[in-house]
Amino acid sequence: MDDWQNKISMLGVGIAAFLGVVGLILLLADRAPKSMRERLQLLFFMGPAGLLLLVGLVYPALKTLVYSFKNSDSSRWVGLENYRWMLTQEDILIVLRNTGIWVLFAPLAATTIGLLYAILIDRKRGEVVAKTLLFMPMAISFVGAGIIWKFVYEYRSPRKGQIGLLPQVMKWFGSDLDGGAMLLNAPLNTFLLIVVMVWTWAGFAMVVLSAAIKAIPSDIVEAAKLDGANPWQMFWRITLPSVRPSVIVVFMTITIGVLKVFDIVRTMTQGFHETSVVAYEMYFQAFQSNDYGHGAALAVALFVLVLPIVGFQISQMRRQREVR
Amino acid sequence: MSSVTVTSRRARRTRPAAGPSMATRVRKQLTSRTASLVALVVAVVWTLPTLGLLVSSFRPSVRIRTTGWWTAFSSGDLEFTTKNYTDVLFGETGNLGEYFINSLVITVPSVLFPTFFGAIAAYALSWMKWSGRDWVFIGIFALQIVPIQMCLIPLLEMFSSFGLQGTDRFMTVWLAHTIFALPLCIFLLHNFMAELPGELFEAARVDGADHSRIFRSIALPLIVPALASFAIFQFLWVWNDLLVGLVFAGGTRDTGPLTAALAELAGTRGNQWQRLTAGAFVSMVVPMVVFLSLQRYFIRGLLAGGLKG
Repeated sequence: MDDWQNKISMLGVGIAAFLGVVGLILLLADRAPKSMRERLQLLFFMGPAGLLLLVGLVYPALKTLVYSFKNSDSSRWVGLENYRWMLTQEDILIVLRNTGIWVLFAPLAATTIGLLYAILIDRKRGEVVAKTLLFMPMAISFVGAGIIWKFVYEYRSPRKGQIGLLPQVMKWFGSDLDGGAMLLNAPLNTFLLIVVMVWTWAGFAMVVLSAAIKAIPSDIVEAAKLDGANPWQMFWRITLPSVRPSVIVVFMTITIGVLKVFDIVRTMTQGFHETSVVAYEMYFQAFQSNDYGHGAALAVALFVLVLPIVGFQISQMRRQREVR
Repeated sequence: MSSVTVTSRRARRTRPAAGPSMATRVRKQLTSRTASLVALVVAVVWTLPTLGLLVSSFRPSVRIRTTGWWTAFSSGDLEFTTKNYTDVLFGETGNLGEYFINSLVITVPSVLFPTFFGAIAAYALSWMKWSGRDWVFIGIFALQIVPIQMCLIPLLEMFSSFGLQGTDRFMTVWLAHTIFALPLCIFLLHNFMAELPGELFEAARVDGADHSRIFRSIALPLIVPALASFAIFQFLWVWNDLLVGLVFAGGTRDTGPLTAALAELAGTRGNQWQRLTAGAFVSMVVPMVVFLSLQRYFIRGLLAGGLKG
């Protein structure tokens, strides 16, 4: 149990270091010489975060960009070779296609389910419990979620009894289950992984959109009700236009999350059977195949894919500011 | 506003002259029934997979392998055990207990450090006056979306050059998590901090207090709820993280987090459901408890625009 004690003492070291850093920074800021106190205090307050971000985020990101133009151990320049590899290699084209499928389906499904659920349970009895049920997966790791759903998809040959819920349900509905293990069948398996993502993120969409729905001025809702608007009209003419900005934010946030999906693929299929996506392939190329050039190129591709979303978000922010 | 007038005009045309008729009322009740039913179905679909895994984790491994968990409560199949949990936590090959400790050692400092660094930086960005402040803030806002994949390779090289061995490698994981957390942390805390009433700070300045003092005695106590909501975020994020842990701590028992051990288990022993089910729940217990007891703060953080990818 030596090991055990080692680790706990390491935790102690971490906490002590934290207290030390807090004490030191506040003490230095307090004792700074009067003449340049303001400047020094700014330095002590902004310095740690600034330094960490520059050294740990900005510099590495630029270096990754440079690596994407070098060979596998970064010893030689190769120009655009890594990008050519990315856009011509058949495996990687499948990876890009899969990422496209994810981005096309996961955010739309999660946002739609979250929005509908938020509307359905709004001001109903048991709303709090209903919300918690959908929101709960947010607390579960993608690894945990992957295992949960792997178990749902678990397939046995039709002669044995099924232990996975989905094959069993299919059996009840009369399917003869001759397709074999579901996670091995491309492209079905990619959609099965997307389900896990939707399962995790729908709760996020629901919570944010539910807050937006509650913020709709009640006089508008009352007026529409007095005029006899049916639920369908209510949704398209009142609810959806009112929560549109929140829907966009939710959609974009989920899209960014989807682009970076790694854990689900790693847990459920290890990227085999044509299920890999850019974020997973980056890890695989860089740290399993030890090819930094390919890994860096995929990382840059990921960054480029995120960029338009950010541009859109900033323009939205600016528009909202102007309205105000 | 225009949408309302459109609605009312159209609604008026279709509305029966003498108020809501019997038929409308019945239809209304039916729609409300259908709505509840749909919501119920969604809630069940969302809950069943987790429930199935939970039930299975208490079944003997033979039963998990041969019969569906939905039969667990039928008379012929009724048999529950905690063996899966003891095996997976303390058994010779399972050993998730060790990884559990690793996750704990990784998580606590990885929450503390960014919270403090973020808080003082957010203060500097909202209440200290200096040139270039707005640009720095926009820069940090933009950094939020840089995928961490962009930083992994050079950071790993940098950390390897420190030459840390064994449990000392925890330090690099803390550092990595702190760095990746800072943009979101600063952004969130700045949002809260900037909304504090300015008169408070002016009054304190007039009384001759300097920034260090104002931060400690005014700003910090007032943003405690914001600190809490960020800390919960970060806690869930770090505890549930796989990528950062895998790259910087590795998947081995000396420093690897619980998620890495589980992902490995799912990959190499995908059929040993007695381990996977119990293991998954061991990893889920802590975040679930934190989440359920502090949901309020978590949601407040979400609504303030906090989410990290």
